[in-house]
Amino acid sequence: MITHAVVTSAAAAIAQGRADRPGARVYSYRPHAVLQRGFLALRTSNALVFLTGFVEPVIFLIAFGYGVGGMIGTVTVQGVEVPYAAFLAPALLAASAMNGALMDATFNVFFKMHYLRLYQAMMATSLGPLDVALGEIGWAMIRGATYAVGFTVVVAIFGLITTWWALLAIPAAVVVAFAFASVGMALTSYMTSFQQLNWLNFWLLPLFLFSGTFFPITTYPEWLQTVIMATPLWQAIAMMRGIMFGVFDAALLFHVAYFLVIAVFGLYATSRRLEALFLR
Amino acid sequence: MIRAAGLTKAYGDFLAVAGIDFHVERGESFGILGPNGAGKSTTMRMVGATLERTSGDLTILGMDPSREGPTIRAHLGSVPQQDNLDTELTVAENLYTYGRYFGLPRSYLRPKIDELLAFAQLEDKRTAKVDALSGGMKRRLTIARGLVNDPSILLLDEPTTGLDPQARHVLWDRLFRLKEAGVTLVITTHYMDEAEQLCDRLVVMDHGSVVAEGAPLDLIRDHSSREVVEVRFGSDRNAEVAAQLGGVGERREILPDRILVYTDEGERDLQEIVARGFMPVTSLVRRASLEDVFLRLTGRSLADE
Repeated sequence: MITHAVVTSAAAAIAQGRADRPGARVYSYRPHAVLQRGFLALRTSNALVFLTGFVEPVIFLIAFGYGVGGMIGTVTVQGVEVPYAAFLAPALLAASAMNGALMDATFNVFFKMHYLRLYQAMMATSLGPLDVALGEIGWAMIRGATYAVGFTVVVAIFGLITTWWALLAIPAAVVVAFAFASVGMALTSYMTSFQQLNWLNFWLLPLFLFSGTFFPITTYPEWLQTVIMATPLWQAIAMMRGIMFGVFDAALLFHVAYFLVIAVFGLYATSRRLEALFLR
Repeated sequence: MIRAAGLTKAYGDFLAVAGIDFHVERGESFGILGPNGAGKSTTMRMVGATLERTSGDLTILGMDPSREGPTIRAHLGSVPQQDNLDTELTVAENLYTYGRYFGLPRSYLRPKIDELLAFAQLEDKRTAKVDALSGGMKRRLTIARGLVNDPSILLLDEPTTGLDPQARHVLWDRLFRLKEAGVTLVITTHYMDEAEQLCDRLVVMDHGSVVAEGAPLDLIRDHSSREVVEVRFGSDRNAEVAAQLGGVGERREILPDRILVYTDEGERDLQEIVARGFMPVTSLVRRASLEDVFLRLTGRSLADE
């Protein structure tokens, strides 16, 4: 039996109204308050930094898609013959969703956790760890998905989109960004210095280069192909190519499930970590 | 409002808070005085429902913080030792987002923010970024932020540490106003003057335990004489002179830099010291303070950190 104190303020009334809902100890049903802080901070402080994320995949598309691609001509992938730039574009789309989400969920989260002490401040209010985890992961996801949408527009302008099904790449990018953001934030919560974060970056480069981004993984020995197929960026790239080339099969469903499982696991891990760090 | 019995926080073998008892009544201004590392902040975090206790009982407004954390935190205002203002936002946005964390709607917050900015004397800083504020302004903003949810209890962890004297007095004035308005204050401090100024009642903590409890004046009366004579003879001579001051005052305390003589008649005893042929380099007769209480109870000075 939960005993309630006398309600003395609007904030207390709100909290007491939610005290009997399921999960009330870790969730106050207010992740949007955390998201809103992200939008305000973007407007007040981070607008230019945010914009830089749009540029990177476009540069890769021009340099490799058209520069290198001009020497390659067309490639045949999943039974479809396409120009090299069209082969590359879905991979860069997946990578931009990943990078955008990770940039926020790693370096920005680390800064907010250790320098702004933002989560300490949030946890001193009636917010729960799951509100903060959902809000912050959601914010990183929005960032990743925004880059993906921007890049999709660029790709469309370059004439590399041939089917309306390609619009499905946007919800797919949201799923990819959510998964990377939740795992990224969970991992970041264990880091104690920027040096450790740089190690994370160190692993991202080979992931970016060797996940079938620039060339099909069929060039590798079979055992290595199996390893790469288990990694998240390959999963994301394979999903994006399937969507952009209009090849819908069971594999696509598997990719989506793969990311949803990772996303839920990362969200759970992040919430538990925030609780351990700020409420224990 | 707050009741703690046998409250304990252990980190491995180390007892940061070693079974303390205290209670805070409505409208009271309650202090936790002690040197750094005494367990003040750990106690504060447990009261703030952001740190799980290891054992003992703790109820805040009749609720158990380990079961009803979010509800308790909705009743509390929290001013942490280190400012954790949101430097990516403006002054007004800090108050706004913090109110949103409590679920308060925009219509509620708009007049509230005006009121709090006036209280914190930051009306002309509304759109300034936090980094542009002075240390005293940041503290006032942190206090204003802690008031956004109209808390029943305001928790202040070392509210004036690191501030210059003028900024401290401005802050004390603001805290007095809150006290007058009936807000229950819980204040940790290692400044005895702050504790004397602000607290109706306090506990003195040392090494995780409560060594004394009471109103500042009662504590001084119970654990110290009325007046204190401070005399300095130079660090190499203090001990030597003290050995020859037997019978002067009720009791003497030898510190590395000075001798303290506890007495009810400071001027008379100072004359007596001089009459015995000892000319102090500097001398001071003052009223006894909480500093003397702490020294008496622990054998150490609060400032010896």
